[in-house]
Amino acid sequence: MLRLFALLVVLAAPVWAVEPHEMLDDPALEARARVLSMGLRCPVCRNESIDESSATLAADLRVVLRERLAVGDSDAQAVDYLVARYGEFILLRPDTSGANRVLWAAGPLLFLSALFIGWRTVRRRPEPVVESLSAAEQAKLDKILRN
Amino acid sequence: MKMLIELAHFALILAAVVAVVQMIIPMIGAQTDRRNWMALAEPAATSQVILVGFSFAVLMWAFVQSDFSLALVYQNSHTAKPLLYKISGVWGNHEGSMLLWVLILTIFGASAAWFGGGLPEKLRARVLSVQAAISVAFYLFILLTSNPFDRLAVPPLNGLDLNPLLQDPGLAFHPPFLYLGYVGLSMAFSFAVAALIEGRVDAAWARWVRPWTLAAWVFLTIGIALGSWWAYYELGWGGFWFWDPVENASFMPWLIAAALLHSAIVVEKREALKSWTILLAILAFGFSLLGTFIVRSGLLTSVHAFANDPERGLFILIILGVFTGGALTLFAARTNTLEAKGIFGAVSRESGLVLNNILLAVSAFVVFVGTIWPLVAEMAFGRTLSVGPPFFDAAFTPFMVALALALPFGSMLTWKRGSLRSAWLKLWPFAVLAIALGTLVYALQSGRSALGPVGLALGVWTVTGALVDLTTRTGSGSLPERMGRLTRLPGADWGKATAHIGMGVTIFGVAAITAWQQEDIRIAQIGAPYDVGGYQFTLDAVETVEGTNYISTLAQISVRDRIRVVATLSPEKRFYPVAQMPTTEAAIRNGFLRDIYVVIGDAQAEGAYTVRVYIKPFANWIWGGAILMSLGGFMSLLDRRMRLAAGAAKRRKAAA
Repeated sequence: MLRLFALLVVLAAPVWAVEPHEMLDDPALEARARVLSMGLRCPVCRNESIDESSATLAADLRVVLRERLAVGDSDAQAVDYLVARYGEFILLRPDTSGANRVLWAAGPLLFLSALFIGWRTVRRRPEPVVESLSAAEQAKLDKILRN
Repeated sequence: MKMLIELAHFALILAAVVAVVQMIIPMIGAQTDRRNWMALAEPAATSQVILVGFSFAVLMWAFVQSDFSLALVYQNSHTAKPLLYKISGVWGNHEGSMLLWVLILTIFGASAAWFGGGLPEKLRARVLSVQAAISVAFYLFILLTSNPFDRLAVPPLNGLDLNPLLQDPGLAFHPPFLYLGYVGLSMAFSFAVAALIEGRVDAAWARWVRPWTLAAWVFLTIGIALGSWWAYYELGWGGFWFWDPVENASFMPWLIAAALLHSAIVVEKREALKSWTILLAILAFGFSLLGTFIVRSGLLTSVHAFANDPERGLFILIILGVFTGGALTLFAARTNTLEAKGIFGAVSRESGLVLNNILLAVSAFVVFVGTIWPLVAEMAFGRTLSVGPPFFDAAFTPFMVALALALPFGSMLTWKRGSLRSAWLKLWPFAVLAIALGTLVYALQSGRSALGPVGLALGVWTVTGALVDLTTRTGSGSLPERMGRLTRLPGADWGKATAHIGMGVTIFGVAAITAWQQEDIRIAQIGAPYDVGGYQFTLDAVETVEGTNYISTLAQISVRDRIRVVATLSPEKRFYPVAQMPTTEAAIRNGFLRDIYVVIGDAQAEGAYTVRVYIKPFANWIWGGAILMSLGGFMSLLDRRMRLAAGAAKRRKAAA
């Protein structure tokens, strides 16, 4: 009984990522769709692209994306179409608008400033150390010299 | 026998009390010059190991016995589960893994007590005291928020089973290695804080910190590689790295630890970069804690599903704040007391290592910013967005490319004042070789991206650079003389070369698989052959098979090249009835030059099945490189000079 039950569930198991019947006949168009879908996040999954995800919504989005490409949308238009409906949350590559500039610039800026500081530190010749006397020693010396 | 579990719980509480004593008394002893107060640290550290060890052993025993009166065993185990996964189930959940975490923490702490005979007395007392402070925080965390010894009033007949994805040999050992790495970095942290309190960092200090950091880094490398290898064969499409927050959480301490390893060399050999090294030691453990926070709080959405709980998250955030914040404050107050002695020129081994440190630290920072950016964007700017692999590929990779380009030069430069010209004289033939090979491959592959050729050139450059460095160390003379010297080179030289070669191999593997992978997804009829990437595939049969605690759809696929059958592969799709979860078990024919990777999908009309076939060139080089890196670290650990301080202690004892 358990076995039968399990078998039924196996047959009803979720689909795994891109399915053959979703794929477009035109290989060039399909290749574009694959590349685009790798950059789009599945909105209901934990952290997967729609290309990897087995969720039903991901499968639907894969089909919608292909439909857009099939009617002649450019890559940007097809992606915009989905972003307009699901928000920028689905972009795995965040855009460079507004505050996101901080995200993109953070690494390069830190690298340049680290190089600058590193270079300054390395180039800095140590000052010849002038051993000056402490106040007490100076007083003692003055005393000796006075005598 | 039921008493044992209460005893184990009690032992954990007792260990916490011992840790409080070990945190306070030796520190006061060190500040006020009381030798017997300082001496308390060693027996306290040993007692902690015994107490937590007992606690952990009892929990493991409860899992093996399937004692379902323990809530934890009920939630994560099942009588039908194979023994290995009953044992690994101990750390396959939040509470048990935290207990493993503190067990490792106490073992590391006690090792400093047991093998730290050569340490200055005060430094040792302070290190053990700081280590105990970390233990106290985690004991409290376990006892107050995640008690593994919670009981059920009415023990159920059977358990809920461990997540089937975790029932895998690769994943059974992935967490313990990661914890060894994370927790190992606590030693570097304790040494750093102790040194700040003392206000002294010298070559001897660095010599003590290096082996601990190196060991932690080796463990982290193995742990990360195991996780990545597991994802490769288990998740069903052969991805090996996803830039998931939890992966990043382990990658950041790895990068910082790698930087720390290199900067500690400068402290040891040249007594320079002291403050920077201390800062790295604090940050390395800080990132470990941050990783723990990310994993356990569920604040960032990740594919790694742990029992998430805001209360636990807050607790770890407090631990993170107190330790990292406290250490950084101490650092700010005391750093100017750490005076650099060694002076070095702009072109020198030291500068090379500074560049290494900058590149590693900045790349860790890029990973950090990318990981937390969704949180920042939502809280500060009200934007719900994602930061995924495309960002990290674009923002992180350039720094690794720069690192690989600079590595052969940096490792060839001499201390104090080096000459780029003399390094270049030895290296230029290999630069030419690397570029030539890259160009050749670029010409041979038509119309694909430059990623593969560039990866190949970088790999060749890094690997040959490491070999040139190694042979240069044999000096001049006839070939037999030099070969003789080569075998007598210290372990650290061999370790350095091996680890650097490993890095080159991994870089090439990642570039190759990304650039040259071939994929075929189709509905395959049984008995109908088709071609992918120079091989012929035939789905021979599909049957249903019953495993120990799962039911499997088992396919048989034969792979032929032009002449003969290369492999017969059996991919599976499993269903675990207790957990109600399906898993894919890809079948992989591993090879030196390529992996053949097949996955069986759903049944289709007329007895056909969805079949996925991937040809993954040089896949094993990714983990091969990681193995070489950890092997290199291990070889350095075995170097006699690494143990010099311990040896000195022995001699002192013998003389006394």
